Amino acid sequence: MNPPERDEPSGRRAREVVRRDEPHRPAAEERRLLAATWGRRPGLWGWLTSTSHQEIGRRYIVTALVFFVLAGIGALLMRLQLARPENGLLGPDLYNQVFTLHGTTMMFLFAVPVMEGFAIYLVPMMLGTRNVAFPRLNAFGYWLYLLAGSFLWGASLLGIAPDAGWFSYVPLAGPEFSPGKRADVWAQLINLTEISALIVAVEVIVTTFKQRAAGMSLDRIPLYVWSVLVMSFMVVFAMPAVMLSGVFLALDRLVATHFFNPFEGGDALLWQHLFWFFGHPEVYIIFVPALGFVSSIVAAFTRRPVFGYPAMVLALVATGFISFGLWVHHMFTTGLPQLGESFFTAASLLIAVPTGVQIFCWIATLATGRPRFGVPLLFVLGFVATFVLGGLTGVMLASVPLDLQVHDTFFVVAHFHYVLIGGAVFPLFGAIYYWFPKAFGRRLSERLGRWQFGLLLVGFNLTFFPMHQLGFDGMPRRVYTYLPGRGWENLNLLATVGAMVIGLSVLLFAANVMRSLRRGEPAGHDPWAADTLEWALPSPPPVYGPLHLPVVVGRNGLWEPGAGTTFVTGLDPHAREVLVTNFLDADPELRETLPGDSPWPLVSAVVVAATFVGAMFTPWAPVIGSVPLFFALLAWAMPEKEEREEAREQERQRQAGAATP
Amino acid sequence: MKRTVFLDVEALPHHAFGSRSPMWWGTVAFMVIEGAMFAMLVATYVYLRGAENVWPPPGFAPPSLLWGSLNTAILLASLWPNHKVHKAVEELDVSATRRWMLVGDLFAVMFLAVRVLELGGLNVRWDSNAYGSIVWLVMGFHTFHLLTDAVETLVLTGMMYTIPSERRMVDVSDDTLYWNFVVLVWLPLYVVVYWLPRWL
Repeated sequence: MNPPERDEPSGRRAREVVRRDEPHRPAAEERRLLAATWGRRPGLWGWLTSTSHQEIGRRYIVTALVFFVLAGIGALLMRLQLARPENGLLGPDLYNQVFTLHGTTMMFLFAVPVMEGFAIYLVPMMLGTRNVAFPRLNAFGYWLYLLAGSFLWGASLLGIAPDAGWFSYVPLAGPEFSPGKRADVWAQLINLTEISALIVAVEVIVTTFKQRAAGMSLDRIPLYVWSVLVMSFMVVFAMPAVMLSGVFLALDRLVATHFFNPFEGGDALLWQHLFWFFGHPEVYIIFVPALGFVSSIVAAFTRRPVFGYPAMVLALVATGFISFGLWVHHMFTTGLPQLGESFFTAASLLIAVPTGVQIFCWIATLATGRPRFGVPLLFVLGFVATFVLGGLTGVMLASVPLDLQVHDTFFVVAHFHYVLIGGAVFPLFGAIYYWFPKAFGRRLSERLGRWQFGLLLVGFNLTFFPMHQLGFDGMPRRVYTYLPGRGWENLNLLATVGAMVIGLSVLLFAANVMRSLRRGEPAGHDPWAADTLEWALPSPPPVYGPLHLPVVVGRNGLWEPGAGTTFVTGLDPHAREVLVTNFLDADPELRETLPGDSPWPLVSAVVVAATFVGAMFTPWAPVIGSVPLFFALLAWAMPEKEEREEAREQERQRQAGAATP
Repeated sequence: MKRTVFLDVEALPHHAFGSRSPMWWGTVAFMVIEGAMFAMLVATYVYLRGAENVWPPPGFAPPSLLWGSLNTAILLASLWPNHKVHKAVEELDVSATRRWMLVGDLFAVMFLAVRVLELGGLNVRWDSNAYGSIVWLVMGFHTFHLLTDAVETLVLTGMMYTIPSERRMVDVSDDTLYWNFVVLVWLPLYVVVYWLPRWL
């Protein structure tokens, strides 16, 4: 009998890996075999069953951008309604639905998924591997997200859009004050999208821990990967809170539980605690990956590594931790004990420190490098300026007396748009300009890009800067209209004009993408002479990623002397094999076969989504849904033909081993 | 021209048990996620307790101890066959794995059956008051874990009888890890559901 694997002396692994001067096969043959193994089946079937991280990542990004445009149209409608007092474009009911849809879509269907999509697309390439650790689960996560978003917008077309705001406070969203199904649509949307977010988090964590290129020890992984790793850990601890509160809300509404009913021992503030325990980290879940974009772009466009790698990593990790200690600053007006409020004020001020560390590191990088002011770097500079302004109002809001004055006014609206658009959307556009050539082999137009950046910067400030003043002047958020003579008219009109300029900027971006997809300047492997491993791949990258997996010799990827001289050979190109390396040092450990494409993730996602939708109407939905789900998951996990043969072969070996003791 | 060198990894194994396997990390990650959910359920329980003067609210008795304590004993006892499966599978001993997995399945049937009796002895309905709501949700959420773990183990037992590949043995090994989690997470929940109403 074979001895157990884990008892082998650790030194043995290293001896199994030998150096040689030639790969196992000539490059052309290797390429052909890899393309056949990793390529998807033709036609619609292939599209529906694909589990490629590139494919899934692109879909996440494109889907999220579609939702961005939809939610943006909602924003324009609101601005049009508020352009002048007593406007009649949107009535109060429709206005409630529109602002709820806008916030819910932007947070749950755009901002988080677009960041996840980038992570799914980029992380395996940056780590020098061929796919994420659990490809089918990854596809399942995407389908859930797509179905959840379609469900929300489908329901909206039927007039049952949620209307209690993106944080759906009880008692307003509870059974007593929100009869009908609107709040249930919100709750089930949350549950579905959070499952999808948790799946991406697990993919990122396990892929980063176990599938890094040989030699890429933890202190050599790119800053972008660090940022999405921190994001993933935050998702792991934050999303359960909102799922739980979503379940409580759905149960209160469906089977008359009393979690939020104060007359039967429940507590409405419980909702706020659970929601903001998720909701505050959520802001950083959106913002931290954007910091990773910024680091990538700053390094490439100053032609030097980002200053202070250890400080940058520690700042990211610190941001992740501290972001869980801020949630109560959303609840200063609820009458919590003063000592508690002081603690959360202190934490809210504290989180400015790691962010400041990173901003100073980027400034040091820019100051000591040779910056090229390409479009991605322009967006980064726009990010620094806007985000710092948003950060300043954040520090203001962290102080209880000021917060009490401006709570629920347009000042808060101004603040979080500076933080979210400044902190995430500016870097996101930079990232799109930066990685578009990799994904599509063509560059976006620089000229249109400069115009787009200029319009966004101007439009954004025109829209949101006046809102600070509107807030000080006492204009509350979430009102569908206001009376003339309050002194709010001009600033509101200005904000509406700004929103139109933002819309123009987004249109210009769409035009740029359409034009560049067909006629953009061909990009080549590495248009920016950047450092991370994805730039060694052809553009667009082949479905299997690198021809030979790279071996990493230092922290700065392709910029290291000696980079691109050592590769891995010996993975079987007839199977979807990836190299598994150990957690700390990334020494080669296993060659593991990933599962192939499959329709069952899609089928399972449809069943799960249908079950959640059914649970709006009957508590028996999960019971009924579990039956088809069981069979779908069984089919998903069924071994493929190769594994059956493998099992028989291993059985023979075991019996032969037992016969000769 | 730079000289190119290749690391030949052909001799590396295809599978490994424990933290060398990506699946192990995936299982741990989901355990952390679910552990966070259980922790938040307990936090909710304590939070709701703070809103009441008497716990459980007047007119309701604490859950009956008999079935809950019996099931705790069954769950703890199931760690034994689980441990045997873990050992057998990592020694690639297929027949012992099959044998002990059957024993484990038997335990799964037992704790699910007793769980039904437990739910009958909670002495409160989910729609009686917030106390009832949180008790039922804690029990329901854990029962959901018992159920999925039982089903997964049954399916893996079937696979061990039909296609005992080493890849599936890694799955079985990770399933034993998950089983430990589902049992161990019950211990604080048992204290919360059955003893806190008696102590607080």
